[in-house]
Amino acid sequence: MTAPPSAPNARHDRQKATDMPDLLIELFSEEIPARMQGKAAADLKKLVTDGLVEAGLTYASAGAFSTPRRLALSVEGVLAASPAVKEERKGPKVGAPEQALAGFLRSTGLSEDQLEARDDKKGQVWFAVIDKPGRSAAEIVAEVLEQTVRNFPWPKSMRWGDGTLRWVRPLHSILCILSDEAGAEVVPLDIDGIKAGDTTHGHRFMASDAFSVTSFDDYATKLKRAKVVLDASERADHIWAEATNQAFAQGMEVVEDRGLLTEVAGLVEWPVVLLGKIEEQFLDLPPEVLKTSMKEHQKFFSVKNPKTGRIEQYVTVANIETADQGATILAGNGRVLSARLADAKFFWENDLRIAKAGMQPWVDALENVTFHNKLGSQKERIERIAALAREIAPSVGADPDLAEQAARVAKADLSSEMVYEFPELQGLMGRYYSDAAGLPVEVGAACEEHYSPLGPSDDVPTAPVSVSVALADKIDLLTGFWAIDEKPTGSKDPFALRRAALGVIRLVLENQIRIPLEGLIVRKFDQLAAFPIGLIVGGKGEGPSGLDDMVGQVSSDLLSFFHDRLKVFLKDKGIRHDIIDACIAMPNNDDLTLLVKRAEALSEALRTDDGENLIQGFKRANNILSAEEKKDGVSYELDPNIKFAEGDEEKVLFAALDTADAIIKPAMEQGKFAEAMHAMAQLRGPIDAFFEAVQVNDENQIVRRNRLCLLHRIRTICGGVADLTKIEG
Amino acid sequence: MAETLQKPRSFQEIIMRLQSYWAAKGCAVLQPYDMEVGAGTFHPATTLRALGPTPWSAAYVQPSRRPTDGRYGDSPNRWQHYYQYQVIIKPSPPDLQALYLGSLEAIGIDMKMHDIRFVEDDWESPTLGAWGLGWEVWCDGMEVSQFTYFQQVGGHDCKPVSGELTYGLERLAMYVLGFDDGNEMPFNDPDAPIPLTYGDVFREAEAQYARWNFDVADTDTLLQHFKDAEAECARILAQRADDPKTGRRIVMALPAYDQAIKASHVFNLLDARGVISVTERQAYIGRVRTLTVACADAFLQTAAGGYTPENAA
Repeated sequence: MTAPPSAPNARHDRQKATDMPDLLIELFSEEIPARMQGKAAADLKKLVTDGLVEAGLTYASAGAFSTPRRLALSVEGVLAASPAVKEERKGPKVGAPEQALAGFLRSTGLSEDQLEARDDKKGQVWFAVIDKPGRSAAEIVAEVLEQTVRNFPWPKSMRWGDGTLRWVRPLHSILCILSDEAGAEVVPLDIDGIKAGDTTHGHRFMASDAFSVTSFDDYATKLKRAKVVLDASERADHIWAEATNQAFAQGMEVVEDRGLLTEVAGLVEWPVVLLGKIEEQFLDLPPEVLKTSMKEHQKFFSVKNPKTGRIEQYVTVANIETADQGATILAGNGRVLSARLADAKFFWENDLRIAKAGMQPWVDALENVTFHNKLGSQKERIERIAALAREIAPSVGADPDLAEQAARVAKADLSSEMVYEFPELQGLMGRYYSDAAGLPVEVGAACEEHYSPLGPSDDVPTAPVSVSVALADKIDLLTGFWAIDEKPTGSKDPFALRRAALGVIRLVLENQIRIPLEGLIVRKFDQLAAFPIGLIVGGKGEGPSGLDDMVGQVSSDLLSFFHDRLKVFLKDKGIRHDIIDACIAMPNNDDLTLLVKRAEALSEALRTDDGENLIQGFKRANNILSAEEKKDGVSYELDPNIKFAEGDEEKVLFAALDTADAIIKPAMEQGKFAEAMHAMAQLRGPIDAFFEAVQVNDENQIVRRNRLCLLHRIRTICGGVADLTKIEG
Repeated sequence: MAETLQKPRSFQEIIMRLQSYWAAKGCAVLQPYDMEVGAGTFHPATTLRALGPTPWSAAYVQPSRRPTDGRYGDSPNRWQHYYQYQVIIKPSPPDLQALYLGSLEAIGIDMKMHDIRFVEDDWESPTLGAWGLGWEVWCDGMEVSQFTYFQQVGGHDCKPVSGELTYGLERLAMYVLGFDDGNEMPFNDPDAPIPLTYGDVFREAEAQYARWNFDVADTDTLLQHFKDAEAECARILAQRADDPKTGRRIVMALPAYDQAIKASHVFNLLDARGVISVTERQAYIGRVRTLTVACADAFLQTAAGGYTPENAA
């Protein structure tokens, strides 16, 4: 946020421009939700300044501010009035029919003697010159502010009392002044009975009386005196500095949480930081439980003891200074926290009992939890994930038994009391409970990690058991929703299927997993088709062949969804979409690791001069060949014979193709794409030289056919690397 | 802060102070509705009176029942039967926040010593087809009230808007009286010849109802009650407006609404018995909403709901 200029030179500038007043706006309301304040301040600034500029009022600088009860905007150096403009309009020809002239006069509001006759290409024409006088800043500000208030983009707004005006919560007053050296002037404005003025109120409890202000500096100063810190970032800085200081004095550390800090700064106008202790009996709860409970329910920061590594204290931020230095407030907060943590402890202890006995009741309970009405219960889904995790395990180097076992308990914590209370702890509690049950550590890790990666910046699990369950979880999700035809459309993706596909892609690529997805998907659909629910797979098919068609169709549709997500993913990594297309067109394109290696190698090769030019040579060869094949109605697929080669360039190409072929084929088979691409790029010289020297369509038909077959060899050899016809340019 | 009041000494004193405060502010102090409801909002004085243009101002205690919250009287802060204090004013006055804060002072909360905060909390009741915007009010980190500006009830836009305040009386009283275990707080004056705690009054009932709610209530009977209430509600609303006996126009929105309340409570009991699956749950909520929305439509056809022969559709 821009602070008002207070440096001497800024003052000096302002004095020079005496007709450049400053604008101050404050919209004072009941408490604005913390999460909306930042954007609302930015919106206020944008809407008002855009409106001013559009009406011809330029300004020097603007800054917007928010507190729980107010949005404020300071605009400096506004023009005192919009400039007068002359508008010229061309009318009918002089001597045109009277009606035409009358119409023109009506539309311009002028009389005939006010028009000017000017020479034009086709003789004399009437011109109207209309003076548009400038408008005062006050008039424009009033108009712009009213529009802004009436059309403010709140995520949710409301009416109150018997009015029709909408605001995020009831709007109580509007402060709107234009000020310069001569003083401040209220901008006349009345929005549904709320008259703009020059007064506002301080802190609700500490200084609630109204006071008037004459400028932004005056406003900010008086607010601070009335126990309101206007700038949210100043409040946040104060909270953080105070919190870390108080914690430091006790040998403690505040656990950083930017999101919470922003939120808390939006809940107070006068932050008062208080440090409290968590009761001893709760310190053994998992730190994540303490942190989540304090943050979600109480908006407390966690404070860690660096010596023990435990969370032992908390920071709460009050909105008031009290005679007892916050003792009553802290005691109250402490009681609420203890009651909450007593609940959490109760859940934790109950859960541990069930966990230690093997978690079976939780797994059974998932039978009654519907995952999706067409895809059955959570328990049925877990059965499918377990089977799939087992199948995937060998490809990722995991023990199939462990993978299956992990999949069976990975979602058991969804039935636990702790996760019911704190859904965001799912997975993590699973690990605690799996460990408590004495299950192998790999299983516990899979409980925690199988949801990952959730976002593009989330870490990808690497432990083999976690990877197999994570992949199985996501592939089951995707195949399931594809089977019932609930695919993402446009911006709608209620089941986060794009995220799941990206998760599969990142799991496969970052762990360098070699797994053909298509086979896996087809088998999944077969499994789903056997599932006694209303799936489109199998549902519409007539007999076994109909089912196979359907499975094939849905599988290839899902595979191309993966390819689309992959394109988006690789584009961010600097690989062009046409390069990916050229590689997707090749066989084994459902092996994503292979596909990406190919694309990376091709991308690298195309970055070289040889590679880029080879594409041109290849395209030329391919175009000529395709045209001739079409004309002749045959395919020139025979091996060309070197004995019909005439010039050196042709012979060299023969040799070069032999060399390239000998390298590319084995290199491709071994997945050595870079080597293959390099060999291919080496063809650039011979191919260019060949086209330079040789006419393909020789009069001698034998020579011509031989050359076309030679082109076919170029096509085949290059085509073995990637489908270069897809490359653009 | 006017003359600083002494701290209240009992649960009932808090209720009486709220009653006098809101009476002094001009509210009609009503009595609880004589049916089982899940929250004070279900009282027709709120749900139905929030509809239509007629001004309204009422305050009342509403005993409320949430069968799933039963803990056999063992929990320090959860009961299947508890009390809400409800204030509803239409149109919402511009100083409603100040009026509300005044009520906290009236029960002994000193604004200079406590941290009162209005924290975003949008209210929605799927069974009432209603929503509003407002806050939960925190006192020293504890939620002591809900504060809502009704935007829609029974699917109808609220014009004018009602302001609704709901105090959770047990929690508020525990805080004001300084008790961590609600059962231990004095119900009547602790110096009375026969002092009674909240637990003395309710612990026995909590145990009995918890057992009945969770394990004994006959689900077949309850399912039948639900269907009966649903059918009766629809039958009442299907009657023509003109009463053939008196010749007067009598739209029976209130008796129909009683059936909707009944269905809602039976649904809560069925839920506590654990016989409603996740998917069925939504369906039941939808059925109750259908009833309340129909009752809201009917209420708008009554004089209290703003009906006049002139504006009849």
